[in-house]
Amino acid sequence: MSLGVPESPRRAQPREGEDELLWEAVAEPSRRRVLDLLLARGDATPTMLAAELPFTRQAVAKHLAVLTRAGLVEGHRQGREVHYSVRPERLNAAAQAMADVAARWDVRLGRIKHLAEERARAGQEEPPGPR
Amino acid sequence: MTPNAIEREILIEAPAETVWSVVTEPGQISRWFSDVAEIDLVPGGEGTLTFADRATNQRATVRLLVESVEPPHRFSFRWDHPAGVKPDESNSLRVEFTLAAEGRSTRLRVTESGFDALNRPQDEKTAYFDAHSKGWDTHLGSLRDYVAGRS
Repeated sequence: MSLGVPESPRRAQPREGEDELLWEAVAEPSRRRVLDLLLARGDATPTMLAAELPFTRQAVAKHLAVLTRAGLVEGHRQGREVHYSVRPERLNAAAQAMADVAARWDVRLGRIKHLAEERARAGQEEPPGPR
Repeated sequence: MTPNAIEREILIEAPAETVWSVVTEPGQISRWFSDVAEIDLVPGGEGTLTFADRATNQRATVRLLVESVEPPHRFSFRWDHPAGVKPDESNSLRVEFTLAAEGRSTRLRVTESGFDALNRPQDEKTAYFDAHSKGWDTHLGSLRDYVAGRS
């Protein structure tokens, strides 16, 4: 997921290829519904997901395959069925760009607070103008 | 907070006038934001923020266009549009600072908005994203909630 021009120092630097895969994986609305439901459930089989979505089990399985390729979910076999769960570190990567921007503003606001409070204290100790 | 925007705030133990100076004066901006700042502090005024990348020793200059200047309450600008182009919703982000007195302190809020437009891939994907932007918003929201819940 690219947030803009790479020369801009305040934005996350997109990692080409890997980000493209993430973006494609979450760009399709039906796939996002699968991902959202999986997030809510924590762990589910394609059959369980299909029961709660207006998609066939086969369609759900295809979406899960794309999400697995992008590294957003992982499957693990339990008995006869494959259970899927979200890989939180990869979801973090998908949301990282927005989070980075927010974190930068937090740092800037913190600096503004420090500068303004320093000024305010200096102003109280030494009132401006002649006595 | 809409998913298209980032909103952060902080409570500062200083009068709004003091906070306003720190937020808007180029000499102060270079202490909390960019390494160099030049701003014509009037609506429609132009400015540049120059950032030095210490890792590569390169300098990057970001343009901005002042939108509103209402001391000591509101300051907004658009930034990061290409050179020689008028900033609009498709090529820039909007940053707005609002200051509100709370007793002897000031609540400073910053909103950066317009990420949807910048995120939108070119041409062949535009129609697709327009048609599904609502779903994308919902998803970005849930991603963020998820991350927020974990951190």
